[in-house]
Amino acid sequence: MPKIKIEDLAKIKEKTLDAVTLRTGGPFRVKINVHMGTCGIAAGSRGIVDAFLSMIDKKGTKDVMLTTSGCAGLCSKEPMVTIEVEGRPPVKYGELTPDRAKKIFEDYVLGGKIVKDFVIAMGHEREA
Amino acid sequence: MKPYRLEVMLCAGTGCVSCGAFKVKEAFEKEIKKKGLENEVRIVPTGCNGFCERGPLVLVAPEQIFYCSLKPDNIPHLVEEHFLKGRPVKNLMWTPPKEKTPIPIISDIPFYKHQMLLALRNRGIIDPEKIDDYIARDGYSALAKVLTTMKPDEVIKTITASGLRGRGGGGFPAGVKWESARKAAAERNEKPYVVCNADEGDPGAYMDRSIIESDPHAVLEGMIIGSYAMGATDGYVYIRKEYPLAMDRLIIAIAQAREYGLLGKNILGTNHSFDIEIHRGAGAFVCGESTALMASLEGKAGLPRAKYIHTVEYGLWNKPTCLNNVETWANIPLIMNRGVEWFTSIGTGDVSKNPWGGSKGTKVFSLTGKVNNTGLVEVPMGITLREIIFNIGGGIKKDKKFKAVQTGGPSGGVLPEKLLDLPVDFDTLTENGSMMGSGGMIVADENTCMVDMAKFFIDFLKDESCGKCIPCREGLRGTYDTLDRICKGLGKEEDLQTLQDLSKVMIDCCLCALGNSAPNPVLSTLQYFMDEYKTHIIDKKCPAGVCTALFEMWIDPVKCTGCMVCLRKCPVNAITGEKKIVHVIDKVTCTKCGVCYDLCKFDAINKQ
Repeated sequence: MPKIKIEDLAKIKEKTLDAVTLRTGGPFRVKINVHMGTCGIAAGSRGIVDAFLSMIDKKGTKDVMLTTSGCAGLCSKEPMVTIEVEGRPPVKYGELTPDRAKKIFEDYVLGGKIVKDFVIAMGHEREA
Repeated sequence: MKPYRLEVMLCAGTGCVSCGAFKVKEAFEKEIKKKGLENEVRIVPTGCNGFCERGPLVLVAPEQIFYCSLKPDNIPHLVEEHFLKGRPVKNLMWTPPKEKTPIPIISDIPFYKHQMLLALRNRGIIDPEKIDDYIARDGYSALAKVLTTMKPDEVIKTITASGLRGRGGGGFPAGVKWESARKAAAERNEKPYVVCNADEGDPGAYMDRSIIESDPHAVLEGMIIGSYAMGATDGYVYIRKEYPLAMDRLIIAIAQAREYGLLGKNILGTNHSFDIEIHRGAGAFVCGESTALMASLEGKAGLPRAKYIHTVEYGLWNKPTCLNNVETWANIPLIMNRGVEWFTSIGTGDVSKNPWGGSKGTKVFSLTGKVNNTGLVEVPMGITLREIIFNIGGGIKKDKKFKAVQTGGPSGGVLPEKLLDLPVDFDTLTENGSMMGSGGMIVADENTCMVDMAKFFIDFLKDESCGKCIPCREGLRGTYDTLDRICKGLGKEEDLQTLQDLSKVMIDCCLCALGNSAPNPVLSTLQYFMDEYKTHIIDKKCPAGVCTALFEMWIDPVKCTGCMVCLRKCPVNAITGEKKIVHVIDKVTCTKCGVCYDLCKFDAINKQ
């Protein structure tokens, strides 16, 4: 590594920042939650995680948090994800494939436009 | 940098490493590979996370889920449940004592919630062996700002105005020290030296070690800024050889900084040049004292000298020398970045006219002794002892009664329960017979004998006294002998006066701060626990049951159920009895080790 100049500090920071944002816990604009119950994994949710990660990498997105959680209850529609965009009700998408996940990432996560074909539900479950 | 879904921030400080952190790391690596998660989950070794009581520790980002007391056996389940299926594992989280519900998120845990991290701002967040991680957290941006937009005297004025006082114990305003070194160098047309004191010798204290282990570049950046302000081209870090992990990380950090041109000639392409060398200390307590440290750095025996000539004028190799502690240096970049107004908003007093007028910023303490959550804590100045010990420390172990807290290391003082609401800052602690010191904090409970505690610290200081000046060498020996006599039941009433007299001579006549402050443990225990001394001397009793010559152990026949537990565990077979028949201790054989006392579930064993 050659000696750096003052302007290089900002470049190194930019390059490393996403990792550090992850560690400090945000702030994140979007939270993508891939349901990874036994049913989800059997239906291929690991591929969905890979698809989202590769999109985050490709687009250089820094404000999206990708997490996993257990079964969402509608096992026949797996693989499923719940996407929470800041200030909007959460949206559940189902019967995903890696290609569909990529489309959802482009249109909804980045573009803000709901991909109607794969939507299962919007909003929260009722609380007791 | 490739994005990951999860980052496992694994504490790799000395505490967690000795509890098996690297074994846990191996288990994680194996399991993550097995589950094919290598591209989604990354393990990042960090510096000390502070909650050493519960190591090995892991923090999972971005959810900030905190796991403690991990064992390699726990890892397969944890990886499958949390990393793969997204279900955090409750039984590995921290659960408050006497409660059942664990607290998953780190910032909700009381030990962390009440802390304020400045010197330790990057602990647990960056990999200390990666300079890029430090830069991503605004590292070296203060240096860039200083080198390009500020004149050296502006830097010194900022540090003086911030009210930053030396964190090594003396509490001398850093800006004033820098100014004196710069002035002395300019008058004699010499280059001053910039030195970092990482010779942390207090028993039970490890603030500096943790700062270097978790964020070595913060210390380096502080020193480079200091070198620019004072016009220095050479610097040293004096670090004790007993800190191998801290030293390794420092060596790596210096090499990385040199590679980036942050140390060496023409730093960041400017005209300023500065480099740092590491000097390994051989572990003498006295070498934490400025003049002894400098003598040792020069290759001589680590003996202090009288300080009517200040080291800022004639220090290392008779050149003007600015010596600051690790924590002081680590605070510098933050002050330069965030400004005087922000820094002075934290802490006590008013430093706008007088840098001695208050205590600003935070202080790192190592909280140890009979407290539930031992570990490393950073708190704002002015916080009360009660908040540190009870809110962060979680109170006294086994619900025993609080008796005293020793602050400031071996030559600090002991403060009793009635002073628990004292605000912690440099001046308040000194006024009450103790001191800030470098930040050791040892909590004593009702089973601690204060005479014995004073004897312990004097014993340490007696061994560490360099022997150069008579008041320290002979004064400590005399003090120790007197205390030892009292603990053995041979004390006389005039011993109390002897202790006072010896202390006065040491305060007035010793060469260096080791001797001047050494009487503190004796004087403060005499001040607050005179009753206990008198019970030892007049009644020949040790109320806490520590001094073995001053109590007898016996079994209360009413409470004893004859359960055989003490009988089986007694290392010298001094207990006789049969099942369901009252046991008896043979006083001739008994060594008063206290094993039976700790084991008895029926409170039947007495120390009186």
